[in-house]
Amino acid sequence: MQIYLPIAEVSVNAFLLLGLGGIVGILSGMFGVGGGFLMTPLLFFIGIPPAVAVATEANQIVASSFSGVLAHVKRKTVDFRMGTVLLIGGLVGAALGVLVFNYLKAQGQVDLLVKLCYVLFLGIIGALMFVESLNAIRKSKKPGKAPKRKQRGWIHALPFKMRFRTSGLYISVIPPLIVGVAVGVLAAIMGVGGGFIMVPAMIYLLGMPTKVVVGTSLFQIIFVTAFTTLLHATTNFTVDMVLAVLLLVGGVFGAQVGTRIGTKLKAEQLRILLAIMVLAVCGKLAFDLLVMPSELYSLGAAGGH
Amino acid sequence: MLRFMVLFLALALPAKAEEVVLGMSQTEVAITANFDGSEIFIFGAVKREEAIPAGDPLQVIVAIQGPSEPLTVRRKEKRFGIWINTDSVEVDAAPSFYAVATSAPFDEVLSSTEDLRYKISIPSAIRSVGAPMTVADSQSFTEAVIRVRKANKLFQLLEGDVEFSEETLFKTSIAMPANLTEGEYRTRIYLTRSGKVVSEYETLIDVRKVGLERWLYTLSRQQPLIYGLLSLAIAIFSGWAASAIFTGLRRN
Repeated sequence: MQIYLPIAEVSVNAFLLLGLGGIVGILSGMFGVGGGFLMTPLLFFIGIPPAVAVATEANQIVASSFSGVLAHVKRKTVDFRMGTVLLIGGLVGAALGVLVFNYLKAQGQVDLLVKLCYVLFLGIIGALMFVESLNAIRKSKKPGKAPKRKQRGWIHALPFKMRFRTSGLYISVIPPLIVGVAVGVLAAIMGVGGGFIMVPAMIYLLGMPTKVVVGTSLFQIIFVTAFTTLLHATTNFTVDMVLAVLLLVGGVFGAQVGTRIGTKLKAEQLRILLAIMVLAVCGKLAFDLLVMPSELYSLGAAGGH
Repeated sequence: MLRFMVLFLALALPAKAEEVVLGMSQTEVAITANFDGSEIFIFGAVKREEAIPAGDPLQVIVAIQGPSEPLTVRRKEKRFGIWINTDSVEVDAAPSFYAVATSAPFDEVLSSTEDLRYKISIPSAIRSVGAPMTVADSQSFTEAVIRVRKANKLFQLLEGDVEFSEETLFKTSIAMPANLTEGEYRTRIYLTRSGKVVSEYETLIDVRKVGLERWLYTLSRQQPLIYGLLSLAIAIFSGWAASAIFTGLRRN
């Protein structure tokens, strides 16, 4: 069934969109990532204009994250305090990111930047997680040797300490704020929620327990993407409500299924799966940059200089 | 159709020996929620007071042109091992849609001097004032616009697609793809003989979003904040609803 999207001004198959939403929703619920890093490139691929894809995806992430976070709230695996600190950083970062995005759009290099960001971050994070999870699985198989708790490094020497009861942490607010800003900037530039960066950052930098990480990152993502959606809707007029509804109908159900799958898997397995997926997307994007495109020219709206 | 005939009669002053009488399957294209492109059927007749003149046969050109907009065309080049945008050229105006249907090969139907005057061929519909000094081959950028738009069925050259019988009755159909932009589509019909235009006729096809599509589009432009908040409300509600439904299912 074809459906015409009023803002994107293209006609696409409604079931294709529902299916995409569903699959990405499952991943979102499983890993606590918004799923935007998969969905945004997929939307480009089916012919949605990039500006519309990025803005609409933000709106869809709000829905799937909200659906996912409710399940986590019931299981008390959301650290609201940590989430709020990350959120404050995230909003600042998102505003900064939009400025950078608009500047590069004028230079005609936004596509390149977005893709390089994806390749770089997905590559580093994917590789780190993959190695770390592999080691963790290997260690857990040997009896008697429990993995050592995170070391107390420079992060614990910083001022403005705060107690995060749910996470069992007593650390400075500076690292979470910086993580929030960084994720916000990247989220705005790459058109994603930023969960795939935040989740590893929370585990490896902040030393939060994996159980709490997913719910807390979803909590933060809801607000940052809601802010991004409003920003796009009011400045660029690129949020397509019809597209969003189709994606989120599939997405919210997928997220519920995914959250339940996620609780049944072990933390290491969950991490290694996410690592493989991140590396796969990274590889595909890198391949596209290296291989000569079939059409060297691209058309864009005027006002480039 | 009657409207067009009346319009034609009103305009048909003593004028030329051969004139177009036009009919169209529709003068409006409504973009609805399940819009999947549209086929415009254009038919008509040549009205003449005297016998068919001797010499080369009469030919017909039908051209439909969507609203024009300025474009930035960018070209990728391999730098540091990856393909990145380097040169760019501003095109002052390129139609969002352009279809030309003719009754014979284009070169036979219209001479290049007449094309310059009436701007009928696809390249002549694109207006490009000049490229920056750094770009030597600005022509290839204009060609790229045509190539990309042709691939998307937004530019169509339909040579020989106009059926023309007895140098009097003609008909053609032009497929408009699903990714149309709104606006007035200028529709021109030319009669030519020996490559020269002998008569022309012009009308408009109105392409408009209707119903829900219209409402959403207008809201997003006129009340963007409300539109954005509405989008968020839908998102939050669906998220909550899915969660509630699943919790309910698990209890049972």
